[in-house]
Amino acid sequence: MRKQLAVVVIALCSAVCSLGAHAADALPTESALDKRVSALSQDLRCLVCQNQTIADSQAPLAIDLKNQIREKIAQGLSNDQIIDYMVQRYGDFVLYRPPVKAATLGLWFGPAALLILGLVVLFRYLARRRREQPTDAPLTDAEHRRAQMLLGVTDKESK
Amino acid sequence: MNRHLLPLGIFVVIAVFLAIGLGLDPREVPSPLINKPAPAFSLPQLQQPAQTFSHADMKGKVWLLNVWASWCVACREEHPVLVELARAGTVPIVGLNYKDERRDGLRWLSQFGDPYRLSVYDYDGRIGIDYGVYGVPETFLIDKNGIIRYKRIGVVTPEILRDKILPLVRELNGNA
Repeated sequence: MRKQLAVVVIALCSAVCSLGAHAADALPTESALDKRVSALSQDLRCLVCQNQTIADSQAPLAIDLKNQIREKIAQGLSNDQIIDYMVQRYGDFVLYRPPVKAATLGLWFGPAALLILGLVVLFRYLARRRREQPTDAPLTDAEHRRAQMLLGVTDKESK
Repeated sequence: MNRHLLPLGIFVVIAVFLAIGLGLDPREVPSPLINKPAPAFSLPQLQQPAQTFSHADMKGKVWLLNVWASWCVACREEHPVLVELARAGTVPIVGLNYKDERRDGLRWLSQFGDPYRLSVYDYDGRIGIDYGVYGVPETFLIDKNGIIRYKRIGVVTPEILRDKILPLVRELNGNA
């Protein structure tokens, strides 16, 4: 019984130790690679499920593309080169952040332009209303009487 | 007058944009490969694994590259159109069997007919990525100089064949 226990303990120990040793030499470089892969894949759109990045997507194509990124990094390509590789194949649509170019000017600056236009219209409207507002001229006698009549106030009460 | 025309104008502009938006298919992403050389490939054939086939073998011909797979449901819809086209012999079709099991691909062809001059076998989808494939079936029209002239994402319907592909094939065969 005790012998069996010892064997089990030793087996467990060696398993844990080999895991530890493996982790110690493999993890640091691997996690740096993983970080680059996930950073890049967060900038790329999955074309199968178009509102997801390939980092989020589990579509077979997204998995293939992540593997491609990993492979390209291993080949020593820079991030820009890998992004170019994707754009050459899938077009600008693959970029989650569209590039600023003539066709995308409206996309990038349209909302700001609309906001400015709205503010201009608002201020012009307010300015015009201020101009058109009557000044605080005192009421004429006729107006005064009419106001009192409408309010149902008799001359006696008001005095 | 002006006061009433302005909202009407804004409404018309929004309505036009929305109407255009309804007509667009968001799944159809314009390919950057149009008017660019078809990406190179040299792949084993589906029927004869020992033999390879390359894009260069089609040089001097106007041809279709059709990406298909036995697991692709829409391919079933498209297949009779391709079989019909092959029977007419207007344009050679090369199949790219994409991320498929060889056995399944061969069974599919024996079951539904084989419209392809031959099929190449892209098991890991690597060539598919080079061609920007993301939704099977996809079809590329490639001219005599190996330039991609047209890409269809999704099913090639008889209408698309008649209105888009065949006129282009005639034009490319006549001029080049």
